Amino acid sequence: MMSDSSPLATTENSLLIRGGQVIDPSQDYNGIADILVIDGVIVEIGKNLSGNNNVIDATDKIVAPGLVDIHVQLREPGFEEDECIATGTAAAIAGGFTSIACLPNTSPAIDTQAQIQFIQQKAIQADNCNVYVIAAVSKNRQGEELAEMGMLAETGAVGFSDAPAPLGNTDLFRRALEYSKMFNKPILDHPELPELSQSGIMHAGATSMVLGLSGMHPDSEELATGRDLLLCETTGGRLHLMDISTQGSVELIRRAKARGVIVTAEVSPHNFSLTDESLRSFNSNCKVNPPLRDQRCIEACVAGLQDGTLDVIASSHAPRASEKKMQELDQAPFGISALETALALVISELIEPGHLDWDSALEKLTVNPARVLGLAKGTLEIGADADVTIIDPHHQWTVTRSSFRSKSCNTPYLGRSLKGRADTVLVGGEVRFQVS
Amino acid sequence: MGTTDPNSEFTTAAELVPQSWKHRHLLGLENLNKEDITTLLQTAVTLKSATSGCHNKLDILEDLTIANMFFEDSTRTRNSFSLAARRLGAETVEFSASSSSLSKGETLIDTAKTIEAMNVDAIVIRHSTPGSPHLLSNNVDCSILNAGDGPHEHPTQGMLDIMTIYEQRGTIEGLTVAMVGDITYSRTARSNIWGLKTLGAHVIVCGPSTLVSSAWEQYGVEVSHNLDDIIPRCDVLNLLRIQFERQYTRPFPSVREYAFLYGMNKERMAHAKEDILILAPGPINRGVEVTPDVADGPHSVILNQVTNGIAVRMAALTLTTTANQRQSSNGGSE
Repeated sequence: MMSDSSPLATTENSLLIRGGQVIDPSQDYNGIADILVIDGVIVEIGKNLSGNNNVIDATDKIVAPGLVDIHVQLREPGFEEDECIATGTAAAIAGGFTSIACLPNTSPAIDTQAQIQFIQQKAIQADNCNVYVIAAVSKNRQGEELAEMGMLAETGAVGFSDAPAPLGNTDLFRRALEYSKMFNKPILDHPELPELSQSGIMHAGATSMVLGLSGMHPDSEELATGRDLLLCETTGGRLHLMDISTQGSVELIRRAKARGVIVTAEVSPHNFSLTDESLRSFNSNCKVNPPLRDQRCIEACVAGLQDGTLDVIASSHAPRASEKKMQELDQAPFGISALETALALVISELIEPGHLDWDSALEKLTVNPARVLGLAKGTLEIGADADVTIIDPHHQWTVTRSSFRSKSCNTPYLGRSLKGRADTVLVGGEVRFQVS
Repeated sequence: MGTTDPNSEFTTAAELVPQSWKHRHLLGLENLNKEDITTLLQTAVTLKSATSGCHNKLDILEDLTIANMFFEDSTRTRNSFSLAARRLGAETVEFSASSSSLSKGETLIDTAKTIEAMNVDAIVIRHSTPGSPHLLSNNVDCSILNAGDGPHEHPTQGMLDIMTIYEQRGTIEGLTVAMVGDITYSRTARSNIWGLKTLGAHVIVCGPSTLVSSAWEQYGVEVSHNLDDIIPRCDVLNLLRIQFERQYTRPFPSVREYAFLYGMNKERMAHAKEDILILAPGPINRGVEVTPDVADGPHSVILNQVTNGIAVRMAALTLTTTANQRQSSNGGSE
C-alpha cells in the first residue's frame, strides 16, 4: 500500500484533518489534535501531524466520529413521494450522519432478503452515507408471524422492529426477544398501547383539552415500556426502546437499569425541545408519534440523557409529502423530517443551555447508537473507517424549506434560528458533504 | 358596555364596523379580547334591531357571496348562516361534502380554493376536525368563519348564548354561568367559556368526571361533578347535549344514569334562583339533559337563542368581510 521509505503524509490517499477539537467519546478523547487518514482509515491522532497532500483545516471546529442515527425512515420502496434512499441519505450526510439505520415501514415491508439487498444496492448507488437495515420483526409488519430473522440477519439486518408501529402482540414480542438472541440482534420497539392512544392526535393534557383534539395518554407509552422491560428481563433478550417521551417511561427505564436489566433507550430531538403547546397553531408538522409532551416530560428526558438512562439521541426522521401533511389534523400523518435539524437541536437545546457537555452529547450520537446495533462505527479509533463529522458549533442558521435535502420538509422548526451544523462530513475518508 | 349606539344610523357595512376590529376570520373566541367580543356582541344587537328582530332585509352585504361548506350534518347552524347572509343581501352558495369533489379525493384546501375562485367572499366551514378552519385561513384569501370544528370551538354559538344572556340581564360581568354536561366533546362549551370569562363571568363546568376535566381549573374555570351543589349559585345554566357521535368509549354507564345525575328537571329547578336562565344549544334531547317542562318553561330562553343566532352571524359576516376588504385594499394582512 505504501512504501516504507516515504512518510505517511505524502501518500496519495492521505488526508489530514488539522487543528480541530477532536472529541471521541468512544476513547474518552477530547483535545486539539490532528487526524491522519490514509486509504479511508484512521491512522493516527496527535499533535502537529504533518501532511502536505489533502489538508482540511478544522480550526475552531469540533471533529467528531461520524454521527450515527438508528431511527430513520427512508420510505423507499413504496412511498417515494415522501423520500427516497438517495434524498434521505443526502439529508443524513448534510445533517452530519455518516451511518443511518432505516426502518422496515416501506411497501412492501422489509421482511425478505431481497428487500434488504434492494436497500443496500440503492444506498451504494446514492453514495452518501452508510445505510444499515432494520428488518421487520413480523412478516409484513402484521404482528402475527415472525419474519425470517436468521436469514435476514445473514443478509445484513442489524436489528428487528415493526416500528413505527408498536409490537402490540405480546406473545410475538416475547418470542422475537427469545429468538433474536441467537443472532445477537436487538429488537427495537416503539412502546405504545394502542387502546390508550387510538385516534389520538397529540399529547393528552390541558392543551389537548382546550383544543378539542383527541389525546394520546402518557399511560399508553408507559404501560408498553413497562411491559417491554419485563419481557426483556425475563427473556434476557436484547431490547432497544425507541421514541421515549414521558417522565414515567424514563423513570421505568431508570429503575430497570438500576436492577441490572440490559436495555437501551432513545429520545428524539423534538421530544426534548418542543411541547404540546406547539399544536396551538394546528400545524400538522407538530403532529408526531409519540406526541410532543409537556415541559415536565421534556425535563425528564433531559435528566434521562444526563444520567445515562437514555443512551441514544435518534432523529426519528419521518419525512412526509406536503400533500399528505397539508390536510386536516386527523388526516395528516405523523412525522417530522428530522435528519437535517437533529444536530443543531442537540447543540441549541442541550449543549448551549448546559444540559449536556459535548462529550456526553456526542456519545449519544456516535458510539452509543453504534453499539445498540453492534456497528463498528461512531469511533475515531486507529484502524476505524474514517467516518468523520466536522462540526461548526457557532454557525447560526435559520431553518427554511430550501435548507432541506430531504424530499419532504415537514418540520415544526421552519423559521427557527438554530446554532451549529455539520461543516464537513467524511465517509471512509472521502468528503461527502461540505458547506459551501 | 361597548361604545356603539344600537340606534346609530348606518347605511353601509363600513360605517358599522369599527376600525378597531381587525379580524378577517372568525376562528374562535379564545383569541378575541374584550373589545373584540364586545364589538361582536354590539354589532349583533345593532343588526338585530335594524332588521326588526332579524326579520327585515338590510342590504349592507349585497355585493358579497358567502359559501357554506359543511362537512358535518347541520340544519340550524347552516340555515342560520344562510339566512343571516341573505338578510344582509348577500348571495349564498351551498356546498355539501358528500356531493362534492371531496368524495372524489380532493383535499380540503383544494376544495376551498376552488370555491374561492368562484369569487366567494367568505367561507363558513363546519368540520369534524379541530383546526380545519385554521388550516383554510392560512391558505385562502377570503374570510373564514368557523361554524364548529370538532370539539374545539363554535364561536357564533358561544356569542349567541352570550347575546341571549346579555339581552336578559344587560350585562355578563359578575354572573355565574354553568355549562352542564359533556364538556370534553363540546365546542359550544369552549366558545362559551372563553367569551364569558373574557367578559367577566364566573364559569362553572359541571358533568361526569369522564367528560369534565379538572384541568379546566388551570384556566380559571370552576369544576364540579355535582349539579345539585352548584344550582343555587347559578344565574344561568347552559345544558349541553351529549355528543355520542364523538365518543369512542362511552364515558358513562347509561343515559338513564346521566339523566339521574345531570338532567335538569322541575325538582332541581326548585333549588335554583328565581330568575335563573335556562339555555340549551340544541338539538335538545328531551328527558336526557332537560325535561320538557323545564325546556318549555318560563325560565327557558332556548328559542331566543335561535333568533339571536341569526343576529350574531349577520354581525360575524359583516365584521370579517369588512376587515378583509380593508386589509386587502391596504395591502395589509392580519
